[in-house]
Amino acid sequence: MTGRPAVLEALRVTKLFAGTVALSDVDFRLERGRIHALIGENGAGKSTLLGILAGIEQPTQGELRLDGKPVRFASAGHASRHGIGMIHQELQLFPDMSVSDNLFVGRERRTRWKTVDQAAQEAAARAALGKLGQALPLRALLGTLPLGQQQIVEIARALGHDVRVLLMDEPTSALTGSEIPTLFRVIRDLVARGVSIVYISHRLEELLEIADHVSVLRDGRLVGEAPAAEVDVPWIVERMTGRDSKPRSPDAASSPGAPLLEAKSLRLPARPGRTALDDVSFALRSGEILGLYGLMGAGRTELLESLLGVHADLSGEVVLQERSLDGLGVSERVAAGLAMVPEDRKAAGLVPTLTVRDNITLSSLDRIARYGHLSPKQETSAAQAWVDALRVRAPSLTAPVDALSGGNQQKLILARAAMSQPRVLLLDEPTRGVDVAAKREILESMRRLAHEGVGVVFATSDLAEVQAVATRVLAMARGRITADFDASKATADALASAASRRVGEPDARA
Amino acid sequence: MPGREARLSPDLALLIRLRAVVALVVLTVSFSLLSPEFLTAGNLTILVKHVAINAILAIGMTFVIVSGGIDLSVGSIVGLCGMVAGGLLSRGLVLAPLGVVVYPHTWLVVAVALVAGMALGAINGYLVARLGVAPFIATLGLLYAARGAALLLSDGATFSNLGGHPELGNTGLPFIGAGTVLGVPVPIWLMAALAAAATFVATRTPFGRQVYAVGGNARAALLAGVPVSRVRMRVYVISGLCSALVGLIIAAQLGAAHPATGETFELNAIAAVVLGGTSLMGGRGTIPGTLIGAFVIGVLADGLVLLGVSAFWQMVIKGIVIVLAVILDQFQKGRYS
Repeated sequence: MTGRPAVLEALRVTKLFAGTVALSDVDFRLERGRIHALIGENGAGKSTLLGILAGIEQPTQGELRLDGKPVRFASAGHASRHGIGMIHQELQLFPDMSVSDNLFVGRERRTRWKTVDQAAQEAAARAALGKLGQALPLRALLGTLPLGQQQIVEIARALGHDVRVLLMDEPTSALTGSEIPTLFRVIRDLVARGVSIVYISHRLEELLEIADHVSVLRDGRLVGEAPAAEVDVPWIVERMTGRDSKPRSPDAASSPGAPLLEAKSLRLPARPGRTALDDVSFALRSGEILGLYGLMGAGRTELLESLLGVHADLSGEVVLQERSLDGLGVSERVAAGLAMVPEDRKAAGLVPTLTVRDNITLSSLDRIARYGHLSPKQETSAAQAWVDALRVRAPSLTAPVDALSGGNQQKLILARAAMSQPRVLLLDEPTRGVDVAAKREILESMRRLAHEGVGVVFATSDLAEVQAVATRVLAMARGRITADFDASKATADALASAASRRVGEPDARA
Repeated sequence: MPGREARLSPDLALLIRLRAVVALVVLTVSFSLLSPEFLTAGNLTILVKHVAINAILAIGMTFVIVSGGIDLSVGSIVGLCGMVAGGLLSRGLVLAPLGVVVYPHTWLVVAVALVAGMALGAINGYLVARLGVAPFIATLGLLYAARGAALLLSDGATFSNLGGHPELGNTGLPFIGAGTVLGVPVPIWLMAALAAAATFVATRTPFGRQVYAVGGNARAALLAGVPVSRVRMRVYVISGLCSALVGLIIAAQLGAAHPATGETFELNAIAAVVLGGTSLMGGRGTIPGTLIGAFVIGVLADGLVLLGVSAFWQMVIKGIVIVLAVILDQFQKGRYS
C-alpha cells in the first residue's frame, strides 16, 4: 500500500443474505485519487461489496470509514449526500427524455413560477458535459444517442451530486471498442480532479490498463490485492478461479461437414435503433463455428434475428438443409432446427417468473410431452441432464432464475437452446458480462456442439473470443459483410480493419 | 429483494402467502357464528351455484391475465351467447328464402352458443395477437360491440320460455342451469370439471407452460420458439368459451335470455383472479388460487346478505377486500416500499 490517505474503507465487512454468506470478512481500502479495480467471478461478492459502499446494502458485520471516521449509510441517498456516487451496470436513465432533462431528473431547476427552468438546466448541462470534454446534443432524446454517449450522460449525472467517490459497475460492458478510450479519458480526468474510483469489469486487460490497484474476490472472500503495475492477467485469473489459467490450444481444424444453412442476399430496411442489412449472403456447414465479428451497430444482432425470422420486413432467402424458411415464423424456425441465445439475457433470454427447470425446457416442451402431457418427473430429469452437461450452478431446479449468477443464467439459456437439439445454434455475444470460468465453459460447450455436427454462428465484439473458438470469421460493418476469413488468417489487425471498413471501400472477398 | 421476506417471521410470511385461504376460512367461520342460516345445506348450495358462475369466468380470465392480457368483454359475451341460444330456442332459425323456420335440437343450440363464444374470443385474440392492439382496448371494444349485438338480436327484448317444446324437439336446456346430478346442481359440476381441466392444462401441458412464459417475458418466449401469437389467440378463445358457458347456464337457470345479462361480470371475474394471487403483470397465477378467490367473493356477498348488510355497504366492503388483497400481494413480493 502506498502512503496515500484512504477516502473510503471497508473493515472486516461481512454480509449475509437469508443465511448465505455473500461477503466474508473483507477489507477494502480506496485511496484518494486512485482507481481501484474490484475483480471476481459472478457471485464472488463484487456487486455486494459495491452495494455496501454505495449504501444500497448494509453490512451484517464490520464497518465503513469515510476519511478515517466510521460511517453508516442508511440508504443510497444517504451515501450520495456524503459524496458517493454509483454508475450501475444497466443505465438508469430515461430514453424518452432529453439529455439535459436526464441530468436533472429529481432535482430540476425551477423558475420563480415553479416551472422547470430549461435555460438554466441546459446551461448547467453544457457546463457539466463540458467538464467531461463532451459536447452532446442537449435536446436530443437520450435513447437516440449511442450507448457510449448515454454512459457519459450517466456519469455526468452522478457527478452532479458533487461526487468524491464514484463506484462503477461494468461501465464498459455495453460499449464498443472505440467508445472505451473516451470513457477512460473521462475517468482519468476525474481522477486528476481528485475523484476516487472503484471499478468493476470482466475485461481484465482493460482493468490493468486503467486501474492503479486491484482487489480480487472469490466466494465472498478477498483472495488477492496488489498494485496493478505488479500483476498480470494470469495472476488475476489464478486468484479468481483458484486454479491455473492455461491458454487453451485451438482445436485441430476439424473438417467442416455438409452444407447446413445458407443466407441469400438478405436485406433489411433500417428502423430507429436497428441497423439495415445490405445484401448479406453466407453459407454455414455442419460443424463450423462461424464468428460474426463487428462493432456495435454493425448489424450482427440484426443478421442473427433475421435468420431466426424475427423481422417481417426482411427480403432475401434463408435456406436450412435445402429447405427454404421463407414465410416461417420464429416458432416454426425453431421447430425446423434453429436455436438462439440472445444478447440481452434479462430482456430477451430469461423468463423471470419461471423456475430454472421451466426456463431450460421452454424450447423443448413438445418433445418432452407424451400425448400432450408434461410429466414433472420426466421434465425434471431431462432438465437435470442439461444442467449437469453445461454445469449450470443453480441452488435447485425449482429455484427462480434470478437466484443464479449472470454466468449461470447464460449457461441456462445455452442449455435451453442445446436441449432443443438444434441443427444451427445462433449466439449473440454469448459471453458478455460473464466471468472467466463461465466464459471458458460456454466456449467449450460451443465447441462440443459443433463437434457433434451443429452449425454454430456467434456474434461478438471480442477479438480474443473470435480467435479462441471460431473456425471461420465474417467481419461485419454497417450492415454488410466486409471480410470472410479462415480462422488461421483472422489476425487482430485484419479483423479490426475489416470491421471498421466503410461502405464503398474494397471488400476483402473481392 | 431477499431482505424483505427474511425480515418477516416465517409464520407471518406463510399467512400472507395463504391469505386467500385464510380470508376464506375467517369469513366462513365468522358468518357461521353470526348467522345460523349460513351453514345450512340450502344456503351453501345457493352460494356455490353463485360462485360457479363467477368461477367459470374467472378460470378463463386466469389464462388471459397470466398471458399478460386482460379480457373486459366476458360479461358482454355472456349476454350475447345467452341471447344466441335464447333466440334459437324460442324463435328458431328463420330461413326467409325458403319460408320456413327451423328449430335446432337443444344440444346443437348449446354447441352454436359455445362456438359463438369462441369466435368472439378469437376476435379479441386476433386484435391482440395479430394486430397488436392493447388487450384493454381490444376487449373494451368488444365489451361494447357484443353488448350492442345482444340488444340488436331482440331489439332489446327478452327471449323467454326457453324450456322448449317437446314437439319441436328442443327441450332440455334448463338441465344445464337447474338440473342436478347425484344431488349436486349441474353448474357446480361444470365448475369442478372446468377447474380440473384448466389446472391440468395450466400445469401439465406445453400450452399451459407457454402461457406462463408469454406472460413472464414475451420477447424471451418468442426467441425460445414459443408461438406467442397462437398462445395469445388461444387464451382469449378459452375465455370466450367460458363466457359462453356462463351465458348458457344463466339462460337455463332463468328460462329466459335477457340482453343485459352479464353486465359488470368481467370485474367480478378479474377480482376473483387477483384475489387468488395472480399477477396483473402476467406470468404468475394458479387456477386453484382463482377458485379460492371466487369463493371469497361469493362467501362475502352471501354472508353480508344473510346479515342484512345493505347492498351499498356490500360494494364498499368488496372494494376494500380486493385492494387489501393486492396490497398483501405487493408486500409478499417485497415490492412494498
